[in-house]
Amino acid sequence: MASRNCLTVLVRMFAIPIVHTMQIAARLFSAIVTLLITWTVVFGAMRLAPGDPVLLMLQGTPISDQAMDAARAKLGLDRPFVVQYVSFLTNAVRGDLGDSFRSRQPVTSLIAAEFPYTLQLAIGGFLIGVLLGATLGIVAGLRPNGWTDTLCMTLALAGLSLPSFWIGMILIQVFATQLGWVPVLGSGLQALVLPSITLGLFLAGGLARLVRNSIIDVMAQDYIRTAYAKGLTTVRVVAKHAMRNAIIPPLTLLGIQFALLIGGAVVTETVFARPGIGRLLVLAVLEKDFPVVQGVVVLTTAAYVLINLAIDIAYGIIDPRVQA
Amino acid sequence: MTRIARLLGAPGAVAGSFVLAAVLALAVLAPLLAPYDWNATSQCRRLAPISAEHWFGCDLFGRDILSRVMYGARFSLAMGISTVAISLVFGSLLGVSIANCGGRIDAIGARFIDAMLGFPPIILAILIVAVLGVGLWNAALAVGISGVPRFARITRAATLALVARDFVEAARSVGAGRMRIVLRHLLPNLAPILIVITTLDLGSAVLFTATLSFLGLGAQPPTPEWGAMLNAGREYVRYAPWTMIFPGLALFLTVMAVNLLGDRLSLVLDPRQRGRR
Repeated sequence: MASRNCLTVLVRMFAIPIVHTMQIAARLFSAIVTLLITWTVVFGAMRLAPGDPVLLMLQGTPISDQAMDAARAKLGLDRPFVVQYVSFLTNAVRGDLGDSFRSRQPVTSLIAAEFPYTLQLAIGGFLIGVLLGATLGIVAGLRPNGWTDTLCMTLALAGLSLPSFWIGMILIQVFATQLGWVPVLGSGLQALVLPSITLGLFLAGGLARLVRNSIIDVMAQDYIRTAYAKGLTTVRVVAKHAMRNAIIPPLTLLGIQFALLIGGAVVTETVFARPGIGRLLVLAVLEKDFPVVQGVVVLTTAAYVLINLAIDIAYGIIDPRVQA
Repeated sequence: MTRIARLLGAPGAVAGSFVLAAVLALAVLAPLLAPYDWNATSQCRRLAPISAEHWFGCDLFGRDILSRVMYGARFSLAMGISTVAISLVFGSLLGVSIANCGGRIDAIGARFIDAMLGFPPIILAILIVAVLGVGLWNAALAVGISGVPRFARITRAATLALVARDFVEAARSVGAGRMRIVLRHLLPNLAPILIVITTLDLGSAVLFTATLSFLGLGAQPPTPEWGAMLNAGREYVRYAPWTMIFPGLALFLTVMAVNLLGDRLSLVLDPRQRGRR
């Protein structure tokens, strides 16, 4: 009997942490494979892109064959394909993403300069999106198939169907041009209001549907019945018991939210003529500034994969039932 | 018949079908219905406001916006449908094939699909446009390709569930080849789920291609595509809000109609979705 207990303690002390560590290692490995494949696709795509990099860099300035060869050698284009590929990967891991064809500045510092603006917008948009999405979802989910449900879910569907560039233009027209409540341009908190709403609306629709389904599941749980049986009011049950539990599953889909945020940021920054990574990417595509395109894609995929990995691991630690 | 009745059993779905039918009719009949040539410019009508002659006003070049919005329906619908068709055909074939092969091919294929899902879709689409160059059909192709991994993943999962079923085993045991099993046994059984994800995707595909056009990466001027029209009107919104209101409204209504219909369709076709949205 004593040896049985001893064994249990040993298993608890060593085997379970080892299994957890192995699971985390497996996830880490699969994230690395994902990054390797995506970066390989980016590298391949950039090599397929039309136009000679040196000519694109010169933007029409005439060049002698000798200077051309020298420039190609400097960029490493004369080296074998495999060598170029390996140096691309090692440089990307070190954070060296080459220089912009246009500004001749390192891509990493260009992105670093734009990043704070996109981060501000993302935080603002995320807060508004969660606030709006959660409210609609909770109101809808409390009385499934009632008229509040139909109304909220139609609104959520409208949010999903709204072109964010259009709603952004309407917001500018109404609140900045006609009413003059907020500035269109500028870098203050006020100038962040309309872009955040635009991005928030983009997120809210999808989130509202997730929260609705989640709250329907939660309201069917025993502890909710217990809470009601204790004589608590509906408001208290929802606020104290249901909401906290219902909001967690949709938020763990942060990975998907991140992808939406990136997409939304590209559009929102363009509409509001805001600086940011999305705007940088679109301009780079239009100007055929391939190192910048490559750099932004490499970094966003890395961020996307890392966020998903972090959520996976955190979720596994918080909720031991999640094993897959 | 009962399915169609159930499909139209919700007011949202009826409204959606009505709007979608109207947009389809506009797209087909645009040459007959449009009051003006979509590309006819006029100096004296530049940014002309809404009037009895020009219900939606005129744009910077004096072109009638109503006529352009009508022709725009053609582009938005054609681009949305071809985009989803690309994702559907390539994604489902990929998903069915690797799941049906099983073993190492399935493992490697699944790994690759997962990796491709590591791209946020808009980033993948923009990357493809960067390679192909900007343009209407390149943008549609880009959006279509960026949807392939998603379709492949869903189809693969659904196929894996089917392959284990007895009827596939039975077909194999009477000597049916791989192709025959895929075409005659797997695809028909996958049809409901494929229809659902296709309609659910159509709305976002229309929106996505219009977004690329708005960013200047898709349809180029003077094409009367709604996203491109919004992009062109961007700088004159202060003075002529009608240049942006109507193309945007048309886009919103079309996407909303498709989404309303797709939502209802998924409810009717997929029994697991009953009671959910």
